[in-house]
Amino acid sequence: MNPRYLPLAATVAIFLIAYAICFAQYPNMLSTRVIGNLLTDNAFLGIAAVGMTFVILSGGIDLSIGAVIAFTGVLLAVLLEQTAIHPLAAFVLALAVTTAFGALMGVIIHHLEMPPFIVTLAGMFLARGMAFVLSIDSIPIKHPFYATLKGVYYKLPGGGRITLIGGLMLLVFLAGMLIAHRTRFGANVYALGGGAATARLMGVPIGRTTILIYALSGFLAGLSGIVFSLYTSAGYSLATVGVELDAIAAVVIGGTLLTGGSGFIAGTLVGILIQGLIQTYITFDGSLSSWWTKILIGLLLFAFILLQKGLIHVTDRRRRYA
Amino acid sequence: MQPVNPYVLSATAIDKIFPGAKALNRVDFSLRRGEVHALLGENGAGKSTLVKCLTGAYRRDGGHILVDGAEVDPRNTLEAQNLGIGTVYQEVNLLSNLTVAENLFLGRQPKRFGLVNAREMNRRARALLAEYELDIDVTAELAAYSVAVQQVVAIARAVDLSGKVLILDEPTASLDAHEVAMLFRIVRRLKERGLGIVFITHFLEQVYEISDRITVLRNGQLVGTRETADLPRRDLIAMMLGRELVQEVTAQHGPKGEGGDVRFRFRNFGRKGHIQPFDLDVRTGEVVGIAGLLGSGRTETAEILFGAERADSGAAEADGRVLDLSSPRAAIREKFGFCPEDRKIDGIVGDLSVRENIALALQARRGWTRPISRSEQDRLADQYIKALDIRTTDREKPIKLLSGGNQQKAILARWLATNPDFLILDEPTRGIDVGAHAEIIRLIESLCEKGMSLIVISSELEELVAYSSRVIVLRDRAHVAELAGDQVTTAGIVEAIASSTGRADA
Repeated sequence: MNPRYLPLAATVAIFLIAYAICFAQYPNMLSTRVIGNLLTDNAFLGIAAVGMTFVILSGGIDLSIGAVIAFTGVLLAVLLEQTAIHPLAAFVLALAVTTAFGALMGVIIHHLEMPPFIVTLAGMFLARGMAFVLSIDSIPIKHPFYATLKGVYYKLPGGGRITLIGGLMLLVFLAGMLIAHRTRFGANVYALGGGAATARLMGVPIGRTTILIYALSGFLAGLSGIVFSLYTSAGYSLATVGVELDAIAAVVIGGTLLTGGSGFIAGTLVGILIQGLIQTYITFDGSLSSWWTKILIGLLLFAFILLQKGLIHVTDRRRRYA
Repeated sequence: MQPVNPYVLSATAIDKIFPGAKALNRVDFSLRRGEVHALLGENGAGKSTLVKCLTGAYRRDGGHILVDGAEVDPRNTLEAQNLGIGTVYQEVNLLSNLTVAENLFLGRQPKRFGLVNAREMNRRARALLAEYELDIDVTAELAAYSVAVQQVVAIARAVDLSGKVLILDEPTASLDAHEVAMLFRIVRRLKERGLGIVFITHFLEQVYEISDRITVLRNGQLVGTRETADLPRRDLIAMMLGRELVQEVTAQHGPKGEGGDVRFRFRNFGRKGHIQPFDLDVRTGEVVGIAGLLGSGRTETAEILFGAERADSGAAEADGRVLDLSSPRAAIREKFGFCPEDRKIDGIVGDLSVRENIALALQARRGWTRPISRSEQDRLADQYIKALDIRTTDREKPIKLLSGGNQQKAILARWLATNPDFLILDEPTRGIDVGAHAEIIRLIESLCEKGMSLIVISSELEELVAYSSRVIVLRDRAHVAELAGDQVTTAGIVEAIASSTGRADA
C-alpha cells in the first residue's frame, strides 16, 4: 500500500475498532439516532476543521477559529436582537466579515513574512475581544426563522435524523475534498506544504494561495459560527474556547501531517467522528467524567504523532536505499 | 537573409560582487544550439554563481546576457524559464509529496468543467515521460522513486517548460554508473533536438564522455573555453588547478623546513564511505600538503583527522602515546586545531565580535565552567589582531563585517590562541584577495618555523608547492601518491592527479 494512505487507514481502523467496542457494550450505539446525533453535535467542529485541514496541509496553523466562531455567534445574536434584518442577510454579513478577517491574516502572514502561529494568535485575541465588545452576556436568539431551520431534517430509517447542520457539515466535507483534490488551488496548497521555496521555483503563486487559504479558513469558521448559533440558539462571547485545538486534534488524528504537504480532508471527518464517538460512549456510560474525552484524545494524538514520525523515518530510509 | 545566430545563449563580461569578494570578474560564456557545454572549476571558482546569474536567481552587477540574440535580464527563475532557460539541480527541486504527474503539470493542469482533469493529466504525464524511456506509475508520489528517476522527471519538466537551454548542475553526483548512462542517453537525445545544454560536474571522465566544449573558471575568472576533443586531460587539470602565483609570494619564500622528528603517526586510519585507510607521518615543524580534485577525499581526510567524523579503523599516536580523536572536543584536548573549508558555514559565528570569535576555541577547551575573563579575552584579541594584522576598526566589530581574508585570519587566530601542536587548514586562501593570500602563506611558514605541525589542503598548487615539504595526492577517496623533495612541483602534482584519474578510466 502507498505509505501516504497509511495514517488514513489507521484512523479508519481505529474508528471501526472503537465503534465495535462501543457496540459490544451498548448495542444501541449502532442506531441511526446515535449516528444522526453524532453528525449534529459535531457539525460546527467539523466545518471549522475542514478549514483547519487546508491550513495545516499548507504547513500553517490557524489559532483564531474558536474565537471567530464565538464572534460570529455574538454578532448574529446582536444583529437579530437589535435590528430587523433577516437572518439570511445576517449570515451573509457574518461570512463576509470572517472571510475578510481570514484574508487579512493571510496578507499579513505572506507580505510581512510573519509566522502563522503569531498572526493567528493575535487574530484569536482580536476576534475574542471584538465578541466582548459586542456583548458580554449570553444573548438568546428567538427569531422564528431559526426555529424553521432547526425543523428541517431528513428522517433516516430507524428514527434517526440528519439535521440541516449535520447535512451541511457533510456537504462542506464533500466540497473540501473536491477543492483539495480537483482544483489547481488544492494542488497549490499541497505544494506549499511540500516546501514553499521549491513551490515558488515551480511557479506556484505563493501569495495568492496563502491569502486564499486563510480566507477559506475564516469563511469556514464563520459558517461554523452560524451552525453553532443554530445549534445553541444563542450568542455568547465565552463560547467555543479552545475549539481550534479540538480542530487541530481532529486534523492530526485524521492523518494529516502537522508539518504540511500530506493528508486528506476525508481523514479529518473520521477524526471528528472519533472524538464524537468517545463523547457518546461517555454519555452512554453515565458514570465517567467527561474529561475522559480529553484524556483519550490526548493519548490518540500522541499515538498519531509517533505513527507519523515512524512513517517519515521509514520512507526516508526506503528512499535512501532505493 | 542574415545567417542564423549559432548561439542560443551568450553572456559577456558578467560581473557579480558579494560583500568582501568579487565572485565573478568579467566572465564570458556562450552556448551553441545542440551542444553539451561543460562548466568546470573547483569549489568557489564561480560556477554556481554564473549559473545563478543566468537563471535569474542572482542579479548580475555587470555584463550582458543574450538569448537568441536578444538581450535579457531575468529577475527570477520563473522569468528565466519563460525565456527558455531551465535548470535542474543536484538536489532535485521538485515536491516529493506530490505525485509525478502533479509535479510535471503543477500550475498548468488540464481542466474539464473547471476542475482538474486528473485522468488527462496522468495520460499526458505518461506520454511525456515515454519520450524519456521512463515507464512509471505517474500517480505515485515522487518520493517513492530513486533520485535518478526524480532527476529525469525534473529534466522532463524543465525541457517541457523552457525548451531552449537546459542547465544541469551536478546531476550525476548521487547516481550510479547505470543511472548515469541512462541520463546521458537522455542528454544526447535533447542535444539532437537542438537544445543547448550546460553540464556542471566534477567527474572528468563524464566531461570527456558527453561534452563538446569546456569552459573553465577559477577564482571568479574565465580561464578559457576549449573544444573538448582538443584538450588533453592534463591540460584541463592544469587549467583548473594551476595559478600564476603573484611574484611576491614566490619571491619571498625561502627554503622549506624539512622538519624534525616524526611526531604524529597515523596508521591504517580511515572511515568506510569517507576515506580509505591511509598511513601518515607528520614531523614537528613540517607542512604536509594535500592535493586532489574536488571530491577526491581532501576534506574527508581533514575531518577524520580532527574527529569531525570518527575513524572506524586504525590508530593515531603522538610521541608514542595513543591519541583520542573520537570527536572534535577530544581532538582539541589533544591540541589539534582545524580551520574548515567553508568558513561562512563551519567557521565564523557572524554576529559575534572579532574578540568573541577568537576566544571561542580556547574557551571550548577550558570548558564552560572556567570562563576566560574579559580582560584576558581583550588581551588575546588585541595580541592576535596585531600579530596577524587583522584589519578591523575595533575588536568588538561583528566578524561578518570583515573581508574574507580578515575573517580567515581571525579563525586562524582562534586556533593559534589554543596553542595547538597540530593544525589542519582546509583551503585557507579560498575566496580572499591576492594580498591576503601572501600574508596567510607567510603565516603558515612562520608557524612551521615555530615547530608546529601543519596539514594544508589547497586547490592552489603553486601555493602548496611553496610551503609544503611533502604533498599527498588523493583520488577517489584514497591516498594514491606521496611526493617529497624535488618531486614537489606543480607539474609533478598535476601529473600524479592526471595519471591516477587516467587509471580510473581504464
